[in-house]
Amino acid sequence: MQAFLHQMLSGFATGGIYASIALALVMIYQTTHHVNFAQGEMATFSTYLAWQMIELGLPYWLAFLLTLLFAFILGAAIERIIVRPFYKAPVLSVVAVFIGLLLIINSLSGALFTYTIKPFASPFPSDAWYGSAYLSAHEVGMIFVTLVVLALVFAFFRYTPLGLAMRAVAENPVSSRLVGVRVGWMLALGWGLAGLIGAVAGTMTAPVVYLDPNMMFGVLLYGFAGALLGGIDNAWGAVLGGFIVGILQNLAGAYVVGTELMVTVALGIIVGILVIKPSGLFGRTIVTRV
Amino acid sequence: MATLDSSRPAAGALFAGLSLRRWKLIGLAATLATACALPFLVSGYQLLLANQVVVYAIALLGLNILTGYNGQFSLGHGAFYAIGAYTTAILLDKTGIPYWATIPLAGGLCLVAGFLFGLPALRLEGHYLALATFALAIATPQLLKYKRFDFLTGGVQGIVITAPDAPFGLPLRGDQWLYFFCLAWTVLLFVIGWNLLRGRTGRALVAIRDHPIAAATMGIDNALYKSVTFGVSAMYTGIAGALGALLAQFVSPDSFDFFLSVRFLVGIVVGGLASMAGAFFGAIFIEFVPNIADQISKAAPQAIYGAVLIAFIFFMPTGVVGMLRILGARLGRFVAPGPGR
Repeated sequence: MQAFLHQMLSGFATGGIYASIALALVMIYQTTHHVNFAQGEMATFSTYLAWQMIELGLPYWLAFLLTLLFAFILGAAIERIIVRPFYKAPVLSVVAVFIGLLLIINSLSGALFTYTIKPFASPFPSDAWYGSAYLSAHEVGMIFVTLVVLALVFAFFRYTPLGLAMRAVAENPVSSRLVGVRVGWMLALGWGLAGLIGAVAGTMTAPVVYLDPNMMFGVLLYGFAGALLGGIDNAWGAVLGGFIVGILQNLAGAYVVGTELMVTVALGIIVGILVIKPSGLFGRTIVTRV
Repeated sequence: MATLDSSRPAAGALFAGLSLRRWKLIGLAATLATACALPFLVSGYQLLLANQVVVYAIALLGLNILTGYNGQFSLGHGAFYAIGAYTTAILLDKTGIPYWATIPLAGGLCLVAGFLFGLPALRLEGHYLALATFALAIATPQLLKYKRFDFLTGGVQGIVITAPDAPFGLPLRGDQWLYFFCLAWTVLLFVIGWNLLRGRTGRALVAIRDHPIAAATMGIDNALYKSVTFGVSAMYTGIAGALGALLAQFVSPDSFDFFLSVRFLVGIVVGGLASMAGAFFGAIFIEFVPNIADQISKAAPQAIYGAVLIAFIFFMPTGVVGMLRILGARLGRFVAPGPGR
């Protein structure tokens, strides 16, 4: 029973990471209907920067905040420079561009920081009082940080005029423009936020999976699985989906298939959801007028 | 994508007294003649590269049938390449089946696998299909490494196979024979593909890509066509994988990672979507560019792939073949002014 509880709780901890990535994906999907395949690589690259700053002697949390700032700018810049011209392009072009981005950022991480696996320090000391047999200190910290970020994002969208404007753009860009919202900048802002949330997920997950240019592939897949499970056009569904997928993954890893097939489980979940209920648990079923 | 053909010159355009069709035939014959002469002209290593190009061309044609002609996405064709390669390797390793018989078996298995993966994929469009196949591509190496399949796949170590020698006492080296073997498969599969794509079936595929509802109204069974296309496409890629395994004399999980699938995508975008000749240009690109770029740094081939992918989508969405067509059209107008000028 204790082992089971432990698996559940640490699944909740990884679920927080997946929920963050799923949220980042959904934020971009809602506004432009683009699936950002480069989300994981953006997060990895930001994490490398955090690593570099910590290596240079910056205190952890300062490096963390600077990384978030950088990730925000990176995300917004990618939207403005690379993605903008493809706003209304056919799906094939858009996906190809995202794969191109994935390759470029991945190789940039590899070229700048080499392909050797690096350990990444956790800001939460392993003997801290909040660690226990059920959850390691880092996992507790991870849950805490992801929950804080999710709460901040929620507050931003719910209580600030800017958040309202962004929601309006997601809902109806044409009308938003008519009432004076700068649609282009809102899209860039959405990308910036997605980059920022991804960077949080990257820095929190790096101590667990170790830092290497491909570290986010698996996480990204689970993020996709979470987003699809909750419904890819529903932010809160996606967050919940991320947590569910995290717990499912841990339980499956512990009791069913073992840790070797982690990514394959994600594949199974993704294909399963797409076949059985493509709109996810909370998503809208899209009806197209012929 | 519906406007791909608009840049074709008018049927009557003549260059130096010959029609475009004639020129194409001459080009094809010249290419084939060069391909046949190649093994006797170049060194062993260069022949290996050329052989890899020939094999990649099959895989790219397969992906192009799916993506270029039928408008379905696959970021996971590396998985079918892997299935083909492993089928051949396992059959050669465990059974006494001759190497030439393993190729159609690998193709058949991939046909079934692709059809089965295509069935649920029918419900998926655009981004969703891209997502599902993306997951497939990432999961492939892990599945191949899985311990319970070790007895078949050899796990992380992979399988070593021996390359065939020339039969009937032909005066050819082993690699020369293998090259002709692969070339014969390529010619066969391109002829089949050409017959498949130029007639009724090809028009149905393009119709489904351009307007699925209109296609269904015209009496095309969209579901059947789409899943069979997925199967045929996987079969092409699987045969390429089987030949690739013979060529490399070795299969291991890490050679079938996500980046293999990405290579195929880059190949068809660079070569030209919905074009058979494009498969060759794409194959030449994905074989030689990384080889050259590798000398700069380990990260360079990937970065170049990424940059080229974005640049082609941005500036030249019809690929090398589209570029040639536009050039041909310009040249045609220049050399023989049509009645309109």
